[in-house]
Amino acid sequence: MSSRRDFMGVALGGFTAVGGLAALYAMKRSWDPLPSVKAAGFTTVDVSAAEPNVLNVEKWRGKPIFVLKKTADMKADDRDIIVGSDRFHVSIGLCTHLGCIPAYVADEFKFKCACHGGEFDASGHEIFGPPPSPLEVPPFKVDGTKIVLGEAGPDYEKMLAAGLTV
Amino acid sequence: MKELKIFGVVAFFTLFLYWGVEPFAHSQMHKHVEGHGFTYDGTADNAEAAARVALAKESGVKVKEAEATAAAKKTFWADVARISKLKGNATAGEAGFAMCAGCHMDGAPNMGGVIPPKLDNAGALYDKNYLIALIKNPAMASNVDHKYADPMMHPMGSVSTMFTDDQSIADVVAFLKAKKSAEMTNKEAFDQACGRCHAMRYAKTSQLGDTPKFKYKKDELSYQVKILEEQDLVKAYMGKLPPDLSMIIRARGEHFMETFVENPQGHLAGTPMPRVGVSKEGYEKVKAYLTEIGDPSKPAREAIGPWVILFFVVFSALAFLWKKEKWRGHH
Amino acid sequence: MAKFEKANSINEWMDQRLAVNTLKKVMQTEYWIPKDINFLWAMGMVLAATFGILLVSGIFLLMYYKPDVNLAFDSVNYTIMTEVGYGWLWRHIHGVAASLVFLIIYIHMFTGIYYGSYKKGRELIWLSGMLLFVTFSAEAFSGYMLPWGQMSYWAGMVITNLFSGGSLEAYGLVEWIRGDYVPGDAFLTRFFMLHVLLLPLAIIGLIVLHFGTLRIPHVNNQEGAEIDFEEAAELYKAGKVKESKVIPFSPVFLSKDIFVMGVYFILFFYLTFYHFQFAMDPVNFDPADGLKTPAHIYPEWYFLWSYEILRPFSKDLGLIAFGIAQVIFLALPFLDRSPNVAPASRRGLFHIWFWIMLIDMLVLTFMGKLPPQGIWNTIGLVAALTFFALWIALPIITKSEKKL
Repeated sequence: MSSRRDFMGVALGGFTAVGGLAALYAMKRSWDPLPSVKAAGFTTVDVSAAEPNVLNVEKWRGKPIFVLKKTADMKADDRDIIVGSDRFHVSIGLCTHLGCIPAYVADEFKFKCACHGGEFDASGHEIFGPPPSPLEVPPFKVDGTKIVLGEAGPDYEKMLAAGLTV
Repeated sequence: MKELKIFGVVAFFTLFLYWGVEPFAHSQMHKHVEGHGFTYDGTADNAEAAARVALAKESGVKVKEAEATAAAKKTFWADVARISKLKGNATAGEAGFAMCAGCHMDGAPNMGGVIPPKLDNAGALYDKNYLIALIKNPAMASNVDHKYADPMMHPMGSVSTMFTDDQSIADVVAFLKAKKSAEMTNKEAFDQACGRCHAMRYAKTSQLGDTPKFKYKKDELSYQVKILEEQDLVKAYMGKLPPDLSMIIRARGEHFMETFVENPQGHLAGTPMPRVGVSKEGYEKVKAYLTEIGDPSKPAREAIGPWVILFFVVFSALAFLWKKEKWRGHH
Repeated sequence: MAKFEKANSINEWMDQRLAVNTLKKVMQTEYWIPKDINFLWAMGMVLAATFGILLVSGIFLLMYYKPDVNLAFDSVNYTIMTEVGYGWLWRHIHGVAASLVFLIIYIHMFTGIYYGSYKKGRELIWLSGMLLFVTFSAEAFSGYMLPWGQMSYWAGMVITNLFSGGSLEAYGLVEWIRGDYVPGDAFLTRFFMLHVLLLPLAIIGLIVLHFGTLRIPHVNNQEGAEIDFEEAAELYKAGKVKESKVIPFSPVFLSKDIFVMGVYFILFFYLTFYHFQFAMDPVNFDPADGLKTPAHIYPEWYFLWSYEILRPFSKDLGLIAFGIAQVIFLALPFLDRSPNVAPASRRGLFHIWFWIMLIDMLVLTFMGKLPPQGIWNTIGLVAALTFFALWIALPIITKSEKKL
């Protein structure tokens, strides 16, 4: 008798747990970012009017994005984005040390972070101080004279495969 | 069994309570308006006019005017019925349609209070008799003649100077039915039939159509100003700004929407909203769009509902068996 | 500090520190409930479960709701209903539960009245229960404001105006409650606070009190029989479960509660998915407009009977009647002068009183929703007068009741 009793209790408890899991799934979905937030995850930057060696900061997914048109004599880099005949450095403008926004010093062709003194060159490579890795390149796709941030184009896939960004 | 009897009493009073505060109360609160399947033959208009004659006779005020209106309506809808029986020639109607296209074109500006609709789907979206009535006398067709002492003052009033004989009306309607009945999406049906007066902010559309995305605040604001200007024109034409329709399907319910769109005067005598004359097929599309925007969870509710209910049926059965085990030997 | 032995199991470790085994005995396995009960005795746990559902669904609504007159309507009807994953489900559940909780409260109340579960020794059960009813009413009203639709706004307008006290013209008090001349942003935000913090806290506290008041007088039974709980418990523990007049709360009583809950949830979710209109008034899907009153305004169904008591009288008299109606049920244990604890069917005149009261409240409820015109007004007035006549008659008929 006792084992039969336990059986019904366990069956009811187990079945209730299944319902509980379904409810947890609904709760999980309620915590997900909204569709409108995800849809807003794309930013198009028109770079046709960009001035060389002048940093343009755009906003993408709430983060600052550095867009820097390189002059002809600035060092080329594997991470440069080619738009038409121009080379651009595009990166997420957050120091890879602890997430502050470095400032661009045009005369020295360097990004300098005020927080802990980290420095990056104009291609985003760490050259001084605590930053452990280069500035990250956001997913991008070149579309004519525009760069679409948030969409992974072939050039970005190549960079990713070569381990030039994370 | 005693317990079932008690349950019966509780269930009875609960259902009685529900009946009293829902179906019964609502049947007493709202005027019942019968639908007529989106056909337009003036039955409702004539009945309304006759009722107004009776009212006028009771008060003794403006009896002659009321009688004249009633007679005019009767004649008008009889004419419409006659034209409807004529065989229209679509080829001949094409020439007549060129006159329509002078105003009814893509990107047309506001004319006399409202942007003229595109007619690409007019043959499917609107009812045949309604189109005939509209070309003959727009104010009368849309049942807002009380707003216009002179029918020419209606934004589309001048149409009566373009189509003066019955055959030309039959021809152009035949043309619309034959050549301008292209398949349309639910959204297109809404945009043409409702969207020129009503905004729908949850679908990001205004009287000017879909609101584009702007990168710069300045562009966004100047577009907002354009919307406000358009809304001012519609407001001047309608007397007040027609309401945003985002949630209307849940605010009014399906039956009200259907009968209201068929004949707005039937529910709200004196409302400035014109009858738009959508066909059954056209209304189904409009309704589908209103539901898509105003009640988007409907498909999900219908998909999940049975499973959740089934879950609790099984749950109750298991709980009953468990209870039986636990109570064994207690009685 | 007490001396602690090495524990051999988690249970033992917990027991040493928190006396979990004693707690379990006191609250569950040796909390004795009479055996002679029917499914109506499960309504308490059904209410607790519904309150739990309101709490959980409310938490998920709270994550995207914006208490701001410019944002509230769209945060509910667009963000929650359209964008948030299963947001519509939480809202439908919350709306339906808010309505059903009152249905169950009324069933629970009338069960108490029918079986005389408020008599000597059990007055506090009744009083704490009525306080719960009042706080639940305030909770429902404040929650009704939040979507900021037409019904929210106009209900807020009308109900806060009640505080002007008729001829007292205490409009200063009304403005103080609103924080504005009309229900506005301050009003919405403070009612939001009441709805999500202060009132739920009060409700939780009162639920604990309500449970506590049951402990000493014990739960009533179908016949109102006096039971020697200690003796019955000994019998039960000795294995004579058939002879004993009691059962333990857990698992025996609970197993029946859970079955009743299961059946209740079938109804609950049928309403949530297919028949929610009664709990989510269509008129409230029109955004609040301070310059346009809807054609028909009426409270939710559970307030209709007291609303109808307000309506048929002149302004001052109506307010007084309304005020009395709100608190009169609190006085039930003191107005019922009969010492008999028995089902109404065995109490002569009180039996008739019970059914007239129930039907009168249904009539008041129906009339409260109908437009105030013609015959409805007359019926409403008669029903309101009957309501008061019944309360005046109660001490008289119960005083003359024969002792059973």
